[in-house]
Amino acid sequence: MFRNMTLGQYYPADSILHRLDPRTKLFGTLIFIISIFIVDSVPGMLVIAAFLGAVILISKVPFSFMVKGIRGIVVLLMIAGLFNLFLTPGDKILFHFGILTITDAGLKSATLMTIRMIVLIIGTSVMTLTTTPNSLTDGLEKGLRFLTVFRVPVHEISMMMSIALRFIPILIEETDKIMKAQMARGADFESGGIFQKAKSMVPILVPLFVSAFRRANDLALAMEARCYNGGDGRTNMKPLKYAGIDAISYVCIFVFLGTCIAAKVLL
Amino acid sequence: MNIDVNTNINNININIIEAKNLSHEYIVRDEEGNVENIVTAIDNVDISVKKGHFISILGHNGSGKSTFAKHINALLYPSGGTLFVNQMDANDKSNTLDIRKSAGMVFQNPDNQIIASVVEEDVGFGPENIGVPTDEIWERVEKSLRSVGMWEYRKHSPNKLSGGQKQRVAIAGVMAMEPECIVLDEPTAMLDPNGRKEVIRAIHELNKKKNVTVILITHYMEEVVGSDYVYVMDSGKVVMEGEPRDIFSKVEELKSYRLDVPQITLVADELKKAGVNVPDGVLTREELVEALRGIRATEV
Amino acid sequence: MSLIFDHVSYTYSPDTAYEVAALNDINLKIDDGEFIGIIGHTGSGKSTLAQHMNGLIRATAGSIYYNGQDIYDKGYKLKDLRTQVGMVFQYPENQLFGTTVFEDVCFGPKNQGLDEKEVSLRAFEALRAVKLPEEYAETSPFDLSGGQKRRVAIAGVLAMKPAYLILDEPTAGLDPAGREEILGLIKELHDKKGTTVILVSHSMEDVANYVDRIVVMEHGGILYDGTPREVFHYCKELEEIGLAAPQVTYLMHDLKKIGFHVDTDITTVPEARDAILRALGRKE
Repeated sequence: MFRNMTLGQYYPADSILHRLDPRTKLFGTLIFIISIFIVDSVPGMLVIAAFLGAVILISKVPFSFMVKGIRGIVVLLMIAGLFNLFLTPGDKILFHFGILTITDAGLKSATLMTIRMIVLIIGTSVMTLTTTPNSLTDGLEKGLRFLTVFRVPVHEISMMMSIALRFIPILIEETDKIMKAQMARGADFESGGIFQKAKSMVPILVPLFVSAFRRANDLALAMEARCYNGGDGRTNMKPLKYAGIDAISYVCIFVFLGTCIAAKVLL
Repeated sequence: MNIDVNTNINNININIIEAKNLSHEYIVRDEEGNVENIVTAIDNVDISVKKGHFISILGHNGSGKSTFAKHINALLYPSGGTLFVNQMDANDKSNTLDIRKSAGMVFQNPDNQIIASVVEEDVGFGPENIGVPTDEIWERVEKSLRSVGMWEYRKHSPNKLSGGQKQRVAIAGVMAMEPECIVLDEPTAMLDPNGRKEVIRAIHELNKKKNVTVILITHYMEEVVGSDYVYVMDSGKVVMEGEPRDIFSKVEELKSYRLDVPQITLVADELKKAGVNVPDGVLTREELVEALRGIRATEV
Repeated sequence: MSLIFDHVSYTYSPDTAYEVAALNDINLKIDDGEFIGIIGHTGSGKSTLAQHMNGLIRATAGSIYYNGQDIYDKGYKLKDLRTQVGMVFQYPENQLFGTTVFEDVCFGPKNQGLDEKEVSLRAFEALRAVKLPEEYAETSPFDLSGGQKRRVAIAGVLAMKPAYLILDEPTAGLDPAGREEILGLIKELHDKKGTTVILVSHSMEDVANYVDRIVVMEHGGILYDGTPREVFHYCKELEEIGLAAPQVTYLMHDLKKIGFHVDTDITTVPEARDAILRALGRKE
């Protein structure tokens, strides 16, 4: 079940999106997230989704790969959607049965919220799928360098993030393995109430943490052995350089943001 | 075992690693922080390695061989004795970075030593750390990936590679720092037979073609064949040393150190005990077949 | 009692671009009391095959019968099957979680719904079976050595008293002494308790000395199935697919080529010694 997560995985391909400067992509993602929350109408959301669709096409990452990432959070989406659907008060009651009431506002906010979440997840995974963690790190490091003035350890934070991203697939695979092993010892993760289920996670979580700490320890040693010594005096294998395509992308991003604000004001 | 006096002419006889009475102790504390025990992981070890040599250190788990390896890379510091790596004193902590530059290290678990999500970026990690200019990093990455036969995989994610391939990437990552010597701490322990062969072949090639000093730490005796010199460690001490042939001829002694003597060597040893005149320390099948052919010819 | 695979196939992510056939029309019968080695290199499908045996992976085609019952039948309790067909994964010490060794070993029998007394009886019996000294029962499993941890993990499966025991690369990462220790334990289980043992491995030399039957996997199919002697008869073919027969088998082939009168289906060192001595006329 965890194998389907795509967030944090890199999909190697040769596309314009892959070649973009990570700073451009990070900025684009930020604007994208902001616009998702600016727009609060279903048609506006569909426009954003269409824009996202176009970006995915350019990225050359198979669409099915993106959708797979959603599968892991379907339950979460459904719960959130249902809460919105039934618990939002509104003027017009569309449906009423026992304690369940659906209002027009509820329907709208549930639809909006679901699309918003899906678009948000896919949108951010487009960035991680087309950007290697290392260049993502570089992007964050350069983009946020001004923060070092305030003594924020930007290099360290970005290095930690990129390593976390690299180990997500490994830890997911490991979770899968541990789950199977405990199932082979008769563990049951499906039945029982919430408390029972939470308790049944202990045999998965403890070994997972133990292994994560061991890996962290090994990795730290391996990094030290390769002369890692923090950000000072480091050079870059792939230094960031803006190209023409980045300028075009920035223009696109601002046009997109402008459209969203216009849609918000006009619709 | 001393440094030769007349070495500086061509550097061939210089000892790149020179350990004298090297010891390492660590303190085991209980939950309250009280000292429970003091463990001597390595105990008065004398090991020296000549430049360009391929040496192996054999020993079972817990024999101290990995602790020794970590000293060569200044990941651990001696608690007694001296260690010189490329003529730098490992006791002097200001040498740490320089020592790590001259002695690279490959670890056992292939997953836990690859830092980046793309092969080429991982190989570039070391050179980045030591401040190599961008253009040169690329040259080094290409050179070292080619030297282990992984150049075609440069754009791949390490997660999609086999264990043997991952280890070769790790070796390339070390080679890109252009070290004088590379230490491999049980690089094949987690691999299948194909992966093991692949890795051993790659390091022998590096040793021959690039003249890198290799220190291979392993518990697989087959992997020692082809080394210039072998040390056997047991409970923190060097208990045997010599050329592979001398080592392999002492089957009983090796068994007593819980080592796995290759089948061919065992057969040769058994034959010898039964009175057949096979030479000492047979390492390979071909050797034994030749020896037996000779024996039959003289007898018939 | 037996475990039967009838035309079993398994495909990863069927109907997508990532479709990979991991198992291809497997027919296999494992009888009670057998000691089998399933050999194949990484990616040959041997681990996938093993995980079908206790229903952890569901075949995409074909049926599996345990004791005559189809394990994919509606109402068949896979949880019970898993206690009958115990499985020790590769690097099993990575699943330890208990605060004490004892607690960890109790996990399996507890899940079986046994009463407390029976659970602890079984746990101690299992710890004895893996030869872990009793005083370790109350220590944390994380304080043990690598080999000890592995034995605790094996005990965790044994405590369920499975009739079949599958072990996936039980010796991976251990040194020679550790390897022999574990294989010796497994052999004892088979010989003394009559447990059916299925050893999944890529190491022919490890397996040859212990098992009665070898199943060689390649590309998701069964390539050879027979006694070690029968299988090592194909040592040339085995080498081509990256699985070597024991070194002595090759030695015998080489000697035969230069005119020695030796048997070529020899797999162990003493056999080889005797054969060579006979060929040299030193022994009758």
